Amino acid sequence: MEPTLSQYLLVSGALFAIGLLGVIVRRNLLIIYMSLELMLNAANVALVAMSRFNGNLDGQVMVFFIITVAAAEVSVGLALIVALYRKRQTADVADLATMKL
Amino acid sequence: MEGTLFNIFAGLTVLSALLVVANPFSRNPVTSALFLVTTMISISGLFVLLGAYFLAAVQILVYAGAVMVLFLFVIMLLDLREAARRKLNLVSLAMGIMAVGALFLIYKSSLESTYGEASQQHEVAADTGQAEAKAAKVVGSTRALGQALFSGDNGFILPFEIVSILLLVAMVGVILLSRKEPR
Repeated sequence: MEPTLSQYLLVSGALFAIGLLGVIVRRNLLIIYMSLELMLNAANVALVAMSRFNGNLDGQVMVFFIITVAAAEVSVGLALIVALYRKRQTADVADLATMKL
Repeated sequence: MEGTLFNIFAGLTVLSALLVVANPFSRNPVTSALFLVTTMISISGLFVLLGAYFLAAVQILVYAGAVMVLFLFVIMLLDLREAARRKLNLVSLAMGIMAVGALFLIYKSSLESTYGEASQQHEVAADTGQAEAKAAKVVGSTRALGQALFSGDNGFILPFEIVSILLLVAMVGVILLSRKEPR
């Protein structure tokens, strides 16, 4: 039996919820970052499913751009985390609560 | 066949995503990173099921390849063993699960009211034939995606060029950020 659009959207929603949970609950900066990636990928799954079931390729083009921008974002974000760690010697958000370096 | 594969990949995606966020056996970030690889690979399996072959390949190349190597590098650079021992705050854990669970339930019920059987019954007769004919046609092969990107009057040439500049800017920015502090 072929899976329906709402099944794909359910998977995407579950993935997004898990990513959001990670951002809210976890305290490690890197794990929060991985959860952000999960949320981006949830959006990608929803876009590809919509593109498939509506017979329009534009959704996949959009996902292509999202993946590219996400790769750029990951590299810059990780560089920022490394720079922050050099200054503060911690990657725990509870210790990074002040804006002063 | 397709339904079975969908169940396998969807289950694997959600399960390994859960293990990224909350692994009961290990708090080590490396474990999370490796389960993130599993998630990305099963998502690319979902892309294959959806006919997006090019995106499935790109997903594995970019996420399971480049992004993961970057994550592992940074984890090893930071030496996070100290942080791994810290305990989670139980109140914030319960609150987070409640909030996100409620959000997910709202999403699920709105999905059901949009695509559920009751609301679809009158549309199905008109839509089924058309939708299936369309769905059979949309295949995200490299050729089709390239044509959608670069040809026609609604091509995406300008966004493509902007993205290439963005990648250059990201590269320069990363080099600048990860330089040693000038003294």
